[in-house]
Amino acid sequence: MSALAIIRPDDWDLPLFIHVLGAFVTVGALILAATYLVPAWREGSVASLRLGYRTLLWAALPAFIVMRVGAQMIYDKWNFDEDPGWINLGYMTSDLGALLLLIATVVTGVGVRRATVPAEAGGTGEARGARVAAVLVGVLLVLYLVSIWAMTTKPD
Amino acid sequence: MYDTLLFFHVLAAFLLVAAVVMFSAYTLGAPTTRSGFTLASRLEDIGGVGVLVLGIWLALYVDGYSLGDGWIIAAIVLWLAAGASGNFYRQAMEPAMTAGGAVAQRAATLNWVRAALTVLLLADMIWKPGA
Repeated sequence: MSALAIIRPDDWDLPLFIHVLGAFVTVGALILAATYLVPAWREGSVASLRLGYRTLLWAALPAFIVMRVGAQMIYDKWNFDEDPGWINLGYMTSDLGALLLLIATVVTGVGVRRATVPAEAGGTGEARGARVAAVLVGVLLVLYLVSIWAMTTKPD
Repeated sequence: MYDTLLFFHVLAAFLLVAAVVMFSAYTLGAPTTRSGFTLASRLEDIGGVGVLVLGIWLALYVDGYSLGDGWIIAAIVLWLAAGASGNFYRQAMEPAMTAGGAVAQRAATLNWVRAALTVLLLADMIWKPGA
C-alpha cells in the first residue's frame, strides 16, 4: 500500500489540490474540445472548429498551466535523491502534452482564421486542421490516462 | 489491489469532473448539442457511481481508513448533494435542449452549486479533515 497518501505533510496539500484540480479540468476541457473537433472533422463545420479552438485556448491551456504549476510546487517540497519512475513519466507526459496541446491550439486557430477570411483574401471557408487537432486531442487523452495511472500507482 | 482501486477511483473522478466541465461550458453559453449533453450525462453517471463504489471499497480495504471517519462521511454527503444538484440541473436543462435558446437561470444556479460541491469533494479528498 502506498503510504504517501497517509503520511503526506500538511503543507503539501494545497499544491496537490492545485495540481489535481488543474489536471481534472484539463482532461475535461480536452473531452469537451473533442466533442466539437470531431464534428468539425466529419462535417466540415467551421463553427464547430471555432468552438474547439476556443475550448483549447481558454480552457485546456490555462488548466494545463495550473496543473503544471501545481506539479512543480509539490515536486519542490519533495527531496528525492533520485527521481522515481513515476515522476519521470509525469515530466515526459507533461512536456510532450504541452507540445501537442500547443500544436492543436495553433492548428485550430489557423484553421478558423483561414476559414473566416474572405475568399478574395485567400479564405478557404473550410474547417481545415480539424482532423489534425482531433487526433492530437485523442493522443493527449491517452497520454493523460497513462499519467493518471502513474500518479496513482507510482511505479518505481 | 490498493493501486488498482485507487487508479479506477481517480479515473472515475476524472470522468465526473469532465462532466462538470462540459456542463459548465454549456451554462456559460457554449452551444449545447444533444450528443454532447448525453455524453456529459453518461460521464457524470459512470464517474459518479465509480467514485462512490470504489471510494467505499477503498475505505473498507485500507487499514488506516474507516467508513466512520469524518472526512469519508463528509465525502459521501458532498457526493449525494452534488448528485442531487446534477439531476435537478439535467431536468432544468430539458427545455433548453428541446426548444433551444438560453439556459434557464435555475439550471445555471444548479450547475454552479454542483461544481462548487465537486470542488469541495476534491478538497475533502486532499485535506482529509480530521484524519
